[in-house]
Amino acid sequence: MSLIGKIVTIYGNMVTAEVDGAIRQNAVAYCKRSDGVRLMSEIIRIRGNRADMQVFELTRGLKAGDEVEITDELLSLELGPGLLGQIYDGLQNPLPLLARKVGRFLEPGHYLPALDRAKKWEFTPVAKVGDVVRAATNLGKVPEGIFDHYLMAPFDLAGDWKVKAIKPAGSYTIEEEIAVIEKDGQTRSVNMIQRWPVRIPLGFYETRLLPTTPLVTKQRIIDTFFPIMLGGTYCIPGPFGAGKTVLQQITSRHAEIDIVIIAACGERAGEVVETLREFPHLTDPRTGRTLMERTIIICNTSSMPVAARESSVYTAVTMGEYYRQLGLNVLLLADSTSRWAQALREMSGRLEEIPGEEAFPAYLESSIARFYERGGIVKLHDGRIASLTIGGTVSPAGGNFEEPVTQGTLKVVGAFLGLSYARSYARRFPAIDPLESWSKYKGLIDPQKVAWAHSFLRKGKSIYEMMQVVGEEGTAIEDFVIYLKSELLDTVYLQQNSFDDVDAACPPPRQKKLFDMVCDVLAYPFSFADKEEARDRFFTLTERFRNWNYTPWDTPALAEHEAKIRECLTPGAAQSKEASHA
Amino acid sequence: MRKYYNRIDRIAGNVATLKATNVAYEELAEIEGKAGKSFAQVIRVDGDNVSLQIFSGSRGVSTGDRVSFLGSSMRFSFSENLFGRIFTGGGEPRDGRTPLTDNLVMVGGPAVNPAVRLMPHRMIPTNIPMIDVFNTLVEGQKLPIFSIPGEPYNELLARIALQAEADVIILGGMGLKYDEYLYFKNRLEEGGAMSRSILFIHTASDPVVECLQTPDIALTVAEKFAVQGKRVLVLLTDMTSFANAMKEIAITMEQIPSNRGFPGDLYSQLAARYEKAVVFEDAGSVTIMAVTTMPGDDVTHPVPDNTGYITEGQFYVKNGVIEPFGSLSRLKQLVNGKTRDDHRAIMDGCIQLYAKCRETREKRAMGFEMSPWDHKLLKYGEAFESRIMDLSVNIPLFDALNMCWSILAECFEPRETGIRSNLTEKYWPKKA
Repeated sequence: MSLIGKIVTIYGNMVTAEVDGAIRQNAVAYCKRSDGVRLMSEIIRIRGNRADMQVFELTRGLKAGDEVEITDELLSLELGPGLLGQIYDGLQNPLPLLARKVGRFLEPGHYLPALDRAKKWEFTPVAKVGDVVRAATNLGKVPEGIFDHYLMAPFDLAGDWKVKAIKPAGSYTIEEEIAVIEKDGQTRSVNMIQRWPVRIPLGFYETRLLPTTPLVTKQRIIDTFFPIMLGGTYCIPGPFGAGKTVLQQITSRHAEIDIVIIAACGERAGEVVETLREFPHLTDPRTGRTLMERTIIICNTSSMPVAARESSVYTAVTMGEYYRQLGLNVLLLADSTSRWAQALREMSGRLEEIPGEEAFPAYLESSIARFYERGGIVKLHDGRIASLTIGGTVSPAGGNFEEPVTQGTLKVVGAFLGLSYARSYARRFPAIDPLESWSKYKGLIDPQKVAWAHSFLRKGKSIYEMMQVVGEEGTAIEDFVIYLKSELLDTVYLQQNSFDDVDAACPPPRQKKLFDMVCDVLAYPFSFADKEEARDRFFTLTERFRNWNYTPWDTPALAEHEAKIRECLTPGAAQSKEASHA
Repeated sequence: MRKYYNRIDRIAGNVATLKATNVAYEELAEIEGKAGKSFAQVIRVDGDNVSLQIFSGSRGVSTGDRVSFLGSSMRFSFSENLFGRIFTGGGEPRDGRTPLTDNLVMVGGPAVNPAVRLMPHRMIPTNIPMIDVFNTLVEGQKLPIFSIPGEPYNELLARIALQAEADVIILGGMGLKYDEYLYFKNRLEEGGAMSRSILFIHTASDPVVECLQTPDIALTVAEKFAVQGKRVLVLLTDMTSFANAMKEIAITMEQIPSNRGFPGDLYSQLAARYEKAVVFEDAGSVTIMAVTTMPGDDVTHPVPDNTGYITEGQFYVKNGVIEPFGSLSRLKQLVNGKTRDDHRAIMDGCIQLYAKCRETREKRAMGFEMSPWDHKLLKYGEAFESRIMDLSVNIPLFDALNMCWSILAECFEPRETGIRSNLTEKYWPKKA
């Protein structure tokens, strides 16, 4: 049932309409242009009989007096089998299909169904006639890629219902009836499609758990020093050019996780293109299938309408919650939450709200907190454990971490991977600053050992700074060796070459092995005659560790490289100097 | 039947407000009065109060001027006839020739669907070693030149325009000094490139609103040519003037400023322009090079800062050269693996040595002792600066790579360069 209103004001992507009747906050509305095009909008404020709406399209051509159709439905997603491998805009329009239907440009007013209506899925019933079901109880399942995609009783069910009929195994489209349920003489037909409003967290579970299992990203600096957890949250702030997006791309490739959802929110279209052109050709080592089959891309790039950008992160997180509800581990990468915050700011400005710091709205922090809190690891009603991990990049203005979005984010995340321009400039990738970053989670390796190794980085830095003033000749050899040790740890452990096939992804056993070897060097009591000898030995060590890093696991060459590293840790290691020149 | 309005209620800044009905958002209007005739655009509709942004500015506009609405948003003529023409920022002829009216197209259309974009994959040779070797320009890239007033950024832009192989060159000048405009015009004419160029020039003395339209018209035309399969190079100078014009309008419209007076949507507005850079799946491409002058040489100023987040790298022009540190072409990795096998090694090797040379210079300045290695580095630094970094050097990529090898050979032994030995064996110049 929808109401018809009339447009009163138009300013940017904000339109105000006058309407008589009950209006629902966050309901979807359509502004009708005089040429018949309907522009999707969302109601964001109601004052008397005036509804303020953010329009998800260019508002060019709208007139005062044009009709507005106000629905009773909140901005919702279509959920069901077929989401994986898709590329959607912030409102869940499938972009490749849109390109085929409408052409190269995103002309306003075209909306397509998110899920393929024609595709048949191999259905297997799980529930039986007579079973009692509640919202999100499994009724059956279909295979989607390598996963069992459970089909659940509708999320909006209230109380206990009974299965009256269920279809036998067979292939059905998502719109076909798979079950009939009843309650108090009322019956309801169920198909594979669920709808859920994006701004309301989706979660039918017994309890939320504390994140305890590390999410392996195969990036040493993350897994060892600043770990993230299944069901945890983390943020990556960094100035432009520090490699935020590259880090997100590497994570999306190598993370040991079932599903990756990439929310390209207000960033460059070119980066999304890299992902969507490359992922279909990359193999997921865990499954042997292409990476695209475990990925969903939500793409609302910087030149697409800003209101849809605001909703796109909710679209992404709702899909993440849906797949968590299916019992899977999901990683949501949002790039970048600052662009989303800017979208909030733009709307807030148009609504003429009293601005907070840097003109961001006062509710910025609570909005950020609510978003990250939608992640988490949960125990579902059937006992399975599933998780949604959220990682967001932050693009602070001027690279200054004091700004409101970074600060609002730091309060609510479990790990902070701060990128530094200085490290990126020195080509030390991933450019995560080891002295600024932190994680509240426990990683693969004993935290005490990690803290001990980390202490070298801090000591090394202060010695380096001292050396800038007094010169190398004014530095004691003991200090100089500590500095060399910290550089070694940085070069061969923290830095990782994403262009090298082997070094790009470092699995846990390899990390543990390498960490132990590096620790042996850190602990070794070297004695050098002079700084030249020290520098030379560490050059050799660095080179040999590098060779180790580039050599595949389980090859005889790896043991040889290890032996060569060990050679440098013997008292009479002078011969290693000759060996390095040979 | 065109309807005329004879009563403007309010004039402030470049914005006039009047009562009118049946007016569409962003519709074009015409204001006629003693001050002459000017176009204006609807920037706010509030019931029957309509706010217009007057293109030629509000100076001399009277509340009794005659206003009429034209029934569509801004359009511009698009055809082959554009070649060799010069327009104002607002799209009026600046070259004294007749206005074009055929095949009008909408200015500032919707964004490109990311699903039809291709990954940029073709290098644009410029014959400037600092670009070709170290930060290769790629077709479909959007790249700003960060600089400060007084640096030769416009000269660099003009050279890139002349030497890059592009089917169409479109220059959008914003807030240009008149002599800068003449400089561009003369360079393009002398270089014989005028017949494939189209110029949209807003000079510093023109109305500020036209500054806002310059990139929109320029990029609309560029996009149309790209759809036809042409490879288009768009040069915009200076985007800081554009941002300042936006600030001026935003403050007139009483928008709440976010950072140093700039409107909160600065990022979105800049991105909407830069994101027009594209390589189409089955058509041409748009490449954007844009000058962003940094007030006070401050890269954290909102305009360069937001730009840096949008674009795919940046060139720093400082002290008359493209500064190797801080300059970055994010897309160079997509093309420089396919040029010559020593390209990446030279790119990394030469810059690392040059970085060491700078460290040595600092050491020298602080009075530390110079070792033989330091002297080698100092010699290398000077040769590198005069034969590679100097902007007057004009040689193709392969010659530039060879030049790098001979500089290395003059200063170092092969193993001192840190370049893989199979490459030094292949390319190290033999002693005569």
